[in-house]
Amino acid sequence: MLAFIIRRLLQSFFVIMAVGLLAFTLFRFVGDPVNQLVGQDTSVEDRERLRTALGLNDAVPVQFVRYMWRAVQLDFGLSYQFKQPVMQLIAERFPATFELALVALFLALAIGIPMGVYTGLYRDSWLSKTFLATSLVGISLPTFFIGILLIFVFAVQLKMLPSFGRGQVVDLGFWNTGFLSRSGWLAVIMPAITLGLFQMTLIMRLVRAEMMEILRMDFIKFARARGLKNRAVHFGHALKNTMVPVITITGLQFGSIIAFAIITETVFQWPGMGLLFLRGVQTVDIPIMAAYLMLIGVLFVIINLIVDLLYFAVDPRIRSAAKATG
Amino acid sequence: MRGFAKAFAGAVLAAGLVLGSGAQANNFRMGFQGNLNTLDPYTINETFTVAFLGNVYEGLTRRAPNLDIIPGLAERWEILEGARLWRFHLRRGVTFAGGEPFTADDVLFSAARVRGETSDLRARIPNGAEFVKVDDFTVDVRLPAPNPILISDWDTWLIMSKTWAERNSATEAVSSRATQPGFSTLNANGTGPFVVQSHQPGVRTVLAPNPRWWNDANKQHNLTQVTFTPILNDATRVAALLSGEVDWIDPVPVQDMDRVNANPTTQVLAGPETRTIYLGFDQRRDTLLAPAEIPPAPAGAAARTSTNPFKDVRVRRALYQAIDVNLIVQRVMRGQARASALMIDPNLFARHGAEFQRFPLDVAAAERLLDEAGYPRIAAFRNNSRFSVGMDCPNDRYVNDAAICQAVIAMLARVGVHITPIIQPRAQYFAKILAGGGYNTNFYLLGWTPGTNDSHNVLLQLHGCRDDRGSGGVGVANVGGYCSQAVDALTTRILSEANPVVRDGLIRDAFVISQNQDVSHIPLHQQALAWGVNRRVTMAQRPDNVFMFYHVMMR
Amino acid sequence: MQHVEPSIPKAGQPGPRASALSRFFDSDLWYSFTRSKVTMLAGFVTLLYALGALLAPWIAPNDPYDLTKLTLWNSNLPPMWLAQGNPEFPLGTDDQGRCVLSTILYGLRISLGVGISAVAISGVIGIALGLISGYVGGRLDAIIMRIADVQLAFPAILIALFVDGTLRGMFPNAAREASAFWILVIALTLAFWVQYARTVRGSTIVEKNREYVQAARVIGLSSFTIMRRHVLPNVLGPVLVIATINLGLAVLTEATLSFLGVGFPPTEPSLGAMIQIGSRFLFSGEWWITLFPGIALAVLVLAINMLGDWLRDALNPKLR
Repeated sequence: MLAFIIRRLLQSFFVIMAVGLLAFTLFRFVGDPVNQLVGQDTSVEDRERLRTALGLNDAVPVQFVRYMWRAVQLDFGLSYQFKQPVMQLIAERFPATFELALVALFLALAIGIPMGVYTGLYRDSWLSKTFLATSLVGISLPTFFIGILLIFVFAVQLKMLPSFGRGQVVDLGFWNTGFLSRSGWLAVIMPAITLGLFQMTLIMRLVRAEMMEILRMDFIKFARARGLKNRAVHFGHALKNTMVPVITITGLQFGSIIAFAIITETVFQWPGMGLLFLRGVQTVDIPIMAAYLMLIGVLFVIINLIVDLLYFAVDPRIRSAAKATG
Repeated sequence: MRGFAKAFAGAVLAAGLVLGSGAQANNFRMGFQGNLNTLDPYTINETFTVAFLGNVYEGLTRRAPNLDIIPGLAERWEILEGARLWRFHLRRGVTFAGGEPFTADDVLFSAARVRGETSDLRARIPNGAEFVKVDDFTVDVRLPAPNPILISDWDTWLIMSKTWAERNSATEAVSSRATQPGFSTLNANGTGPFVVQSHQPGVRTVLAPNPRWWNDANKQHNLTQVTFTPILNDATRVAALLSGEVDWIDPVPVQDMDRVNANPTTQVLAGPETRTIYLGFDQRRDTLLAPAEIPPAPAGAAARTSTNPFKDVRVRRALYQAIDVNLIVQRVMRGQARASALMIDPNLFARHGAEFQRFPLDVAAAERLLDEAGYPRIAAFRNNSRFSVGMDCPNDRYVNDAAICQAVIAMLARVGVHITPIIQPRAQYFAKILAGGGYNTNFYLLGWTPGTNDSHNVLLQLHGCRDDRGSGGVGVANVGGYCSQAVDALTTRILSEANPVVRDGLIRDAFVISQNQDVSHIPLHQQALAWGVNRRVTMAQRPDNVFMFYHVMMR
Repeated sequence: MQHVEPSIPKAGQPGPRASALSRFFDSDLWYSFTRSKVTMLAGFVTLLYALGALLAPWIAPNDPYDLTKLTLWNSNLPPMWLAQGNPEFPLGTDDQGRCVLSTILYGLRISLGVGISAVAISGVIGIALGLISGYVGGRLDAIIMRIADVQLAFPAILIALFVDGTLRGMFPNAAREASAFWILVIALTLAFWVQYARTVRGSTIVEKNREYVQAARVIGLSSFTIMRRHVLPNVLGPVLVIATINLGLAVLTEATLSFLGVGFPPTEPSLGAMIQIGSRFLFSGEWWITLFPGIALAVLVLAINMLGDWLRDALNPKLR
């Protein structure tokens, strides 16, 4: 077990190095940061001096080693546009993205699971079919389009919800939150729906499929035979057993939600990491792009590691396979 | 009359106080398409950033809403010794927001700082200019050559406090190459009508009125707060205005103007902007770049003058006459632009409207010119075309830039010139076509606002002969590499000519050569400024897209 | 783009000795297809789209990509049944005077072309790597799965942003028409192969340790034969389901990338680019530019997903 964990940790280290290399080399070729930093009429000599000062004229391996060494110390350099340490910018923006992702995920679970259970239990009812069909419509339109439509209806026509931003934000020192004000809650509704719609559909269909499978299993039949009520069978036994895959998927989805927040944050001008990243791409702000990528990479690797270890603990087949292949 | 005005002002003030203490604070909420990245006024020479900071800091001069130069921190100035010596008399009794008194030392300090290695606004002060402190409130600027337009862009050279900068180690501009964060990036201390209350770059910036502003007694605004938020997405920005969440947005996409005006609480403030949108051709290279394709001349075709079709003035003129600029203005710009015959706004050059006309739209003439230049249609080439060339175009810089390019491409297709669009976001676009990318383009769309509001800037930067890398500052934005010794000679004379009538004559001569004879560029139009504002806001709109909050009133 | 593994049927049963083809088209599948009217409708709609895309040059009323025929005089015309509508442009025109209906048909070619290419390429790569990884195991397995981890960190949208930027940085003069197609295919392929690989690997590990595979090994069958004959048929069901879902995702991703500024050039808009162009005219009342392509896209993805649903249920032996 310990050897397995150490090996996985080592592998994760190489993965992160690879992500770093990937991020670094890719971004090394995206546009020319110098043009973003100076006005249109800056001379070539000045531009060249700037390139040297930024280290863009050094050999690429040198730039990479320098970059990774600093990254280990959480130093991703200064953002070209903001002249602020990238880590500080990301730390400022992270709460916004995290809270948005949290609400989106909550909505997805709170709506997706009951709908999944219902459609799993009553496969052929018209309500199930309606749920299934509407959830499909939700994943049949691009995210940005849904966001703009929501803004058009609820902000412009009905004037019920704000069209952009986080509303009133309370600064707790280490964290800034929109959860402590009414306007903050109002502001998060539309972005969270936009971001969570896809996940909701996914979770609903996952729960439905699992429910349908589990309800056919023997232990459910036994439970029924024991005379347990439907409610107890469905929620006590069946739903409980669907939760393992749901939790796994949810864990894996959390990272992808953060990545997909790029689009939602752009539409709703939500001041989070995704917006920072997209703006970074548009203005070729290499330090921001690279740091963001590293962050997403590390996040995914950690979640994957946890999931792998969970599988290892749960599924004896994989354990024996791991042993067999050494 | 004056007494009445005073009484009225008093009444308004009293009303303001009553309201201010009640529910209605006048918080002016702005939504803009870009970020405010720094509070250091010398970090980047970009219209929006410098304009915004012009509410916190002030220059020696200011510009009135009609762009006239008016006194700022300098109360008055004298032009001596044939414009070789400028003497500035500074305003007395001015203090910075932090309490530091404003003196000649601050001007000398700011001059040194703006000319420093790390400043992006170095061009504000000509080479060799010497700043001399005569006394605490008089500064002389001695110039190596006569310069009658010295102060034309000094309204955006903002004066900083020497004491404050030295106390906070901010004596050098925070440059683009900074590896350490600078104090002046997040903190500001100016003499202007507003002070920065909080600033979170890319998220929100809050300003409050400066009660110690020297001109506070005559202030023309009634704001209690200014909240700036970048809203990058067009639709979201318009929605925020329509739903009353912001009071001002810039820009309003042209297609949404009717909608904004139809909304009972909002309207569009549209006015001419001094930016000229134009097309340029590569007149320097002998061979065009990929993806250009110039098929060999078929038998019987007229002789060509060069392997680069754009070196032939007939080709340039043919393209000019094939483009229906009025249709672009009407359909793509929805009337929110004015077709231009010159590379400069008529408001900035009086003889533009009177003496210069665009070449008329004439598709038949265009086809004839292309035939004469040795580029007949070839049936087998790209569906009966003459030649093919790539066109560089941004898609997030100017109003409907990519749509204009598409329209141009379709119009040129009709005279047999095949264009491959290379449409990119501005980061990649500028990287490619400007000096840093080696002017890597054959045909492009660009916009230009002369920072000095003067033709000399246009002639020097966009028409001046340059080398391959644009070194030396002459013709640095002359992307196509147009070159005429006659124009250059005139440009040099224009700089030092003090007599405005003679000067305008020289400018006219230069434009006659570059535009009428050489067709150096195809000027398209000046786009309109389009601000969306809530109807409870009254504000002045300046053609240079600089906005002053002290011209904003809210109901 | 998204993670969907566990919602697909688990291939745990010993493989029947039938060929892959006959397993696909065995009568059960066909029977369940004909039994559900919704599925048949979805199949019919998908077929219709495929035909529309294939035959676009012949059935579209105009050629929206022929610039010599475009004129701003025709810009922003409403659908033909409204005032100022022109029967030449049944669903109206966009801001450049392009026929909306024709652009939908031509755009479908691009959108479906990208989707099908990406799904096919990523499927082949993913299945191959999954089989190798699961069957060979050891260091090779670890390397492949770690690469898969790296891959999962980057959804298709991020990859497309990189690939697009890199190519543009290296070939600044390249015409976007030529590169956009492959940028999207590469990005989607890189994003999609992981799902196939992981699913196939999982099934392969389970199969590998079963007695009949051990037996096959004992009688001297080569690894390749064992994988092809015994492992592959068992994983094709889930693979088909993933492929269907990914086809829908690919079409959606293409649209999203147009919004972020990566995608097809506006002179040759795809379905997604058209929605993006039109979304700018939503507030100004020119709703037809975005609404019709939007409906077209939604119906297509819906139909594909319904087919996917049906496949999943039909191929899941436990639900039969």
